[in-house]
Amino acid sequence: MKPLTETEGMTTTADETAANPVVGIDQTKGDFQYKVDYAFDAGTGLTEDTVRYISSVKKEEPWLLDFRLKALKTFREKPMPTHWATKDLENIDFDKIRYYLSQGQKPKRTWDEVPDDIKKTFERLGIPEQERKFLAGVEAQFDSEAAYSNIKDIVAKQGVIFVNSTEGLREHPEIFRKFFSKVIPTGDNKFSALNSAVFSGGSFIYVPKGVKVAQPLQAYFRINAENFGQFERTLLIADEGAEIVYMEGCTAPKFSTSTLHSAVVELVALKGAKIQYITVQNWANNVFNLVTKRGVAHEDAEIKWIDCNIGSRLTMKYPGVVLKGERARGEVLSIALANDGQHQDTGAKMIHAANNTTSNIIAKSISVGQGRSTYRGVVHIPKHLKGCKNNTECDALLINTNSRTDTYPAISVRGDKNATQHEASVSKVSEDMIFYMQSRGLTEAQAMSLAVNGFINDLAREFPMEYSVELKRLIDLEMEGSVG
Amino acid sequence: MSQLVIHDLHISIGDKTIVKGFTLTIKQGEVHAIMGPNGTGKSTLAKAIAGHPDYTITSGEVLLDGGSVLAMEPDERARAGLFLAFQYPSEIPGVSIANFLRAAVQARMTEGEELDATGYYKRLYAKMDMLKIDRKFTSRSVNEGFSGGEKKRCEILQMAMLEPKIALMDETDSGLDIDALRIVADGVNAQRKSAAAPGIMLITHYQRLLDYIVPDFVHVMHDGRIVKSGDKSLALELEAKGYDWVKQEFAAANA
Repeated sequence: MKPLTETEGMTTTADETAANPVVGIDQTKGDFQYKVDYAFDAGTGLTEDTVRYISSVKKEEPWLLDFRLKALKTFREKPMPTHWATKDLENIDFDKIRYYLSQGQKPKRTWDEVPDDIKKTFERLGIPEQERKFLAGVEAQFDSEAAYSNIKDIVAKQGVIFVNSTEGLREHPEIFRKFFSKVIPTGDNKFSALNSAVFSGGSFIYVPKGVKVAQPLQAYFRINAENFGQFERTLLIADEGAEIVYMEGCTAPKFSTSTLHSAVVELVALKGAKIQYITVQNWANNVFNLVTKRGVAHEDAEIKWIDCNIGSRLTMKYPGVVLKGERARGEVLSIALANDGQHQDTGAKMIHAANNTTSNIIAKSISVGQGRSTYRGVVHIPKHLKGCKNNTECDALLINTNSRTDTYPAISVRGDKNATQHEASVSKVSEDMIFYMQSRGLTEAQAMSLAVNGFINDLAREFPMEYSVELKRLIDLEMEGSVG
Repeated sequence: MSQLVIHDLHISIGDKTIVKGFTLTIKQGEVHAIMGPNGTGKSTLAKAIAGHPDYTITSGEVLLDGGSVLAMEPDERARAGLFLAFQYPSEIPGVSIANFLRAAVQARMTEGEELDATGYYKRLYAKMDMLKIDRKFTSRSVNEGFSGGEKKRCEILQMAMLEPKIALMDETDSGLDIDALRIVADGVNAQRKSAAAPGIMLITHYQRLLDYIVPDFVHVMHDGRIVKSGDKSLALELEAKGYDWVKQEFAAANA
């Protein structure tokens, strides 16, 4: 643990002359690192002192420190879920991870105030430009804390709150505490417990009654340091009749050692509210990405998760919706691409808890080379409910013969007044299909990315334009790399 | 003027030799019909020249404008000016015809060159009109759910858009009714009349197609090579006498 006065410089520097097409995110573009001095560093390894350090630099109230310490205990007590999940989880060495690194706890409101070394990173990732073009607000997290957080005046005037989690706790405790950790309790799983113990950063969003935010809010999560764990915590509340689109992107440089990203995201859609939560993650392929995401939809509310998982070494993520009020709607649209050495273990959970609730899951996975994709789904409709409907579709595309895909749908629908529909398909990009496209002049890589883009085409159309263009470009890059 | 020279070509799949010394020169603007019974190596020939990875060329040479194509990837061959109209075109789910052709046209452009989208669509629609393809087709996935006739028309549309130097047409008539056959033939004939008329290798079982696409030369293939060549009257003679006639002649010559 470092005294607060010391700073530490990173030894790696990036090649700043590398190509820099400033749009969105991609892995090659994320693979750079600037030297950064951290004013706050919780050191390596996880003890009670680590948790106390984080809580003290954030000047948290005692209840929150208690919450964190209890969570640490829960984390230690819970076994790794390797009885159902991959054994690769055992390769995470919690003693070698750094749990908190920052230059300060208060994000800047203008890019000019952001320290140069951090600003350069986000400029290179194109964040300020996207903000000007089409976003209502941006939060840019660098390792443990947001370096920048701003919301357009017009949105702020409507009463919309968009700050990082520390500020949310400090400035809006009455709303924060009411909803915090209610959707995803500490003990939900081992990694939600870990996040609860050491969380830092992430967004706190509140959209007041009846406010419909026209442009999306965006958060960008950047891991910069090696052996680092990023544990952001996002809490989004849409009050009655409110509407909001929230998007998040993430990148990290490629390190030789593994990095951990373990977020918790809680959404609350009150009566008649609509939340759309879009993720395009593109982690470097040494990142363990273990994320818990869940929303509660009250009466007539709608929660839609759009989840794109590209990159990472192992992703385990099953966005869920608890359909708590009558006529609530939940939807998960997910795309996962597993390349060589990657395992995308993704899916969705739909818990029906009121009459006439509907849910829809469409999951598409692509396995390239030795990449492995797994779909896990839970749909639960208890016997006493009526008029509930679920539709589940999982489609897998295999690019090479040694690619692997598994599907584990768990659908429990009781009672005779509910309906569910489940379809699954596995298709292969055949040699003949690639030859056909090549015989028209497309290279093997172009042919493969066209096939993959075709496969996800109907889902990608649901994305905001900027993101579907970005997704297509990411797939082109992945396919480029997969052809020898 | 472009030409494709196929010289003493031997092709095998696994251990089995299918094509055994095929020799033919096709010049731009010419139509060469390749006829012959099933299993004689016609389709193998077309696919191997286009670069299908399942076929091994064990000896011989294929030269496009003097340069060998055999070391080239299939896409390089295509960009060099070869085109294969497939007997069984693949389906590409989720990829529209417009986007597919656009990618193919773009692949032929030099780096930094931008596709003129308006000009592209204008050209595409003109070719579609010629082939009597409904414009709604542009947004349909390539070959997915197409009838046999639609697939073949889609092949000819691609050929018209990509303007190859040499087109290898593999049983383009199979699965077509007479109306579809006429439309496809009209499409091919229109290309023969254009300034950029390709040289065509027209592979078929039946004389019927040759009533609509009249060939300059007819070659009969048997046991992996050309055993008889002539003009269009040879096709009529074949129809009258059957392939057994060629087989017998061939057997007699080799006796």
